[in-house]
Amino acid sequence: MSVLSCPLPIPTDEFVVLGHGSGGRLSARMMEETFLPAFRNTALERGDDQGVFEAPAGRIAMSTDSYVVKPLFFPGGNIGELAVYGTVNDLAVGGATPKYLSAGFILEEGLSLDTLRQIVDSMSHAARRCGVEIITGDTKVVEKGSGDQIYINTAGVGFIPSGINYSAANVRPGDKIILSGSLGDHGITILAQREGMELGGDLHSDSAPLHLLCAAAMAAAPTLHAMRDLTRGGLSSALNEIAQKSGNGMEIDQRAIPVSEVVRGACELFGLDPLYVANEGKMIAFVPAAEAAASVAAMRNIETGSEARIIGEVTEKHPRMVTMRTSLGTERIVDMLAQDQLPRIC
Amino acid sequence: MKHLDEYRDEKIANALVAKLKSKATKPWVLMEVCGGQTHTLVRYGIDGLLPAGMEMIHGPGCPVCVTPLETIDKALTLAEMPNVILATYGDMMRVPGSTTDLLHVKAKGGNVRMVYSPLDALKIARENPSREIVFFGVGFETTAPPNAAAVWQAGRQGITNFSLLASHVLVPPALRALLSDSGNRVQGLIAPGHVCSIVGLDDYHSIAHEFHLPIVVGGFEPVDLLEAIVLLVDQLESGRAEVENQYSRSVRVEGNPLAQTMLTDVLEVCDRKWRGLGEIPKSGLKVRAKYAAWDAEAKFGLADKFVEEPKECISAMILQGRKKPPECSAFGVRCTPERPLGAPMVSSEGACAAYYQYRRYESAAELAGGAR
Amino acid sequence: MCLAIPGKVLDKSLLNGLLRGRVEFGGIVREACFDFLPEAEPGDYVLVHVGFAITMVDEEDALSTLAYLRELGTLEEEVGVEEATP
Repeated sequence: MSVLSCPLPIPTDEFVVLGHGSGGRLSARMMEETFLPAFRNTALERGDDQGVFEAPAGRIAMSTDSYVVKPLFFPGGNIGELAVYGTVNDLAVGGATPKYLSAGFILEEGLSLDTLRQIVDSMSHAARRCGVEIITGDTKVVEKGSGDQIYINTAGVGFIPSGINYSAANVRPGDKIILSGSLGDHGITILAQREGMELGGDLHSDSAPLHLLCAAAMAAAPTLHAMRDLTRGGLSSALNEIAQKSGNGMEIDQRAIPVSEVVRGACELFGLDPLYVANEGKMIAFVPAAEAAASVAAMRNIETGSEARIIGEVTEKHPRMVTMRTSLGTERIVDMLAQDQLPRIC
Repeated sequence: MKHLDEYRDEKIANALVAKLKSKATKPWVLMEVCGGQTHTLVRYGIDGLLPAGMEMIHGPGCPVCVTPLETIDKALTLAEMPNVILATYGDMMRVPGSTTDLLHVKAKGGNVRMVYSPLDALKIARENPSREIVFFGVGFETTAPPNAAAVWQAGRQGITNFSLLASHVLVPPALRALLSDSGNRVQGLIAPGHVCSIVGLDDYHSIAHEFHLPIVVGGFEPVDLLEAIVLLVDQLESGRAEVENQYSRSVRVEGNPLAQTMLTDVLEVCDRKWRGLGEIPKSGLKVRAKYAAWDAEAKFGLADKFVEEPKECISAMILQGRKKPPECSAFGVRCTPERPLGAPMVSSEGACAAYYQYRRYESAAELAGGAR
Repeated sequence: MCLAIPGKVLDKSLLNGLLRGRVEFGGIVREACFDFLPEAEPGDYVLVHVGFAITMVDEEDALSTLAYLRELGTLEEEVGVEEATP
């Protein structure tokens, strides 16, 4: 339908223009034609300035993340999916059942509406897959050159069952460290796209929702202490953060860490360390030794956790430091990386 | 990965270490030249596996680290020119010049691009005919033939908007300077494997002879380096001073003649200043006059200026192997990868960066790689 | 910057007077210039440095070195010598 109802002779049904962000007729049209059909839910359709939902008694978790990944589309996902899964995962690793999301968009003038629709449709599918609803949002438009096509922010809330209180502070020496799967798939996929590299062996981003995986781990291990999803900065950042906050040391074994052949090849080629490369569908769990095996078994029954395994344990030696037994049998420190190895990865 | 994983095998490594311990009767002092070799040693904690007293001195084999401040400033000047696109490898982006670095120039709007090959830079030149593309080429003899090839291809394809800012250095003259110094303690040398795969072994025979120094051409994986160390100790224990080739799967005695031909066609030997070591005669390469149209120095008329190093940086001592990074007062405190005072902290092959990433807590006795 | 990784040559051809080819590194495929190594053929292993194949990896040499090293490693184990790692 390209009947213009406003006097501006711009093909507003093809590209984003400044008017789409100014709250007037164009904004309304974008809402009607793009966001509402995709995000269909009662709260959103009420059309109020806020999304309203019922909350059970108990604790509510809230999380937010912004997405600036470049390129927008890549094998295994796109910026829209990342925006939904990322926030869902941040809630899930806290033991919360993700329920509602907000979505804020900053669009660059000139962005193809078709591209926007594809992204929004992806978000709709992703949300349904996770059982969450996008109940409120915002759209702003910036002049051409002032933003890189599209930035997305999502914030989310989830409900935490009573009795669950996951935190780095709970982590204790003796806890086993469980990793849900192979490292570096997302980061290397993005690098390959940017560099126009040919990838053998079906490599794609591991972008995925982890709510079912977390639920399985939790159910199998009532004494689970903490979980963390891995994103930028890779496994190393997540381990070091927990080491810092819990005050404990950690030891992992290089031989236990799964890395696909393609990711290994790319890392060798570019001098990257898989421990520091970004992931978008992996998590770590800290589980007391007695329940670790059960947790791994339960995780392996879930698609996103089919390669789950124990990669190390928490120790009272070298507090706040993460060390690794190398494939050579020597021990080395796994430190926080000073800078991002690869920019704009998620 | 084939031809890689096998050289990280724990059993083989342990066997080599055991062999070493049974052979070594003295606290030998050895040097590895190449930054890549330094990185492997530190990353795998190999120097900690050596018999007590044996020491590895880390040589000046990090081309980024030895690039003088003046040269970096030239690159920065070019990057700030409105019509220029400066292309270089990732490492060079964070090396500080006297006032800023390429990453900051990029952030302020300068056109700086990270590439993985000089041919990528040539491609950018082809795709941007109205801009001037300068490739900032830093490296040893391994990197020189590829850079020379890019210039040669530019000439052949009539690409006039491409030029090379060359900062090439040669290993043998620097080695001679280090070995001639009165404070030199090096008793055995691991020669740089990939450099030798290009230039061959002739230069190293001369050095072994001149200084009565055992030399083993070594690879870059843990097993390669351990095997090279075993061979060196063997020579030292029996009083020999020869050139042996541990990296024989990739290094031929004559090197790569085609690469050598390209190198000498496009580049010629010149005097070169090494950061931390000073000027060493006939230790660098520059673009020959016949290719002046692709020589950024000639094209842009960049003047040489003298620049002073930050006072606290002891990169000179580090590059000469006289001090180890933790002995620097600024190490980890005022000099970090985020705020480096000198190049060895920035380059991934720099000794300071390697120590910072893997050995920052050297004092923690439990974490030390073993007996020293 | 002497980073050079061994990869397997997949194909090689002349393009605009320059010899180029595809090399596979454990699953990732990259273009490389073969002007310095025209004798490399598909199936060979080469070292690639900044987009140029600079030297062949001599399979025979590698195999014999590894055989020797592996035997060393096995002997170590059999004799039951204490591991040298700290």
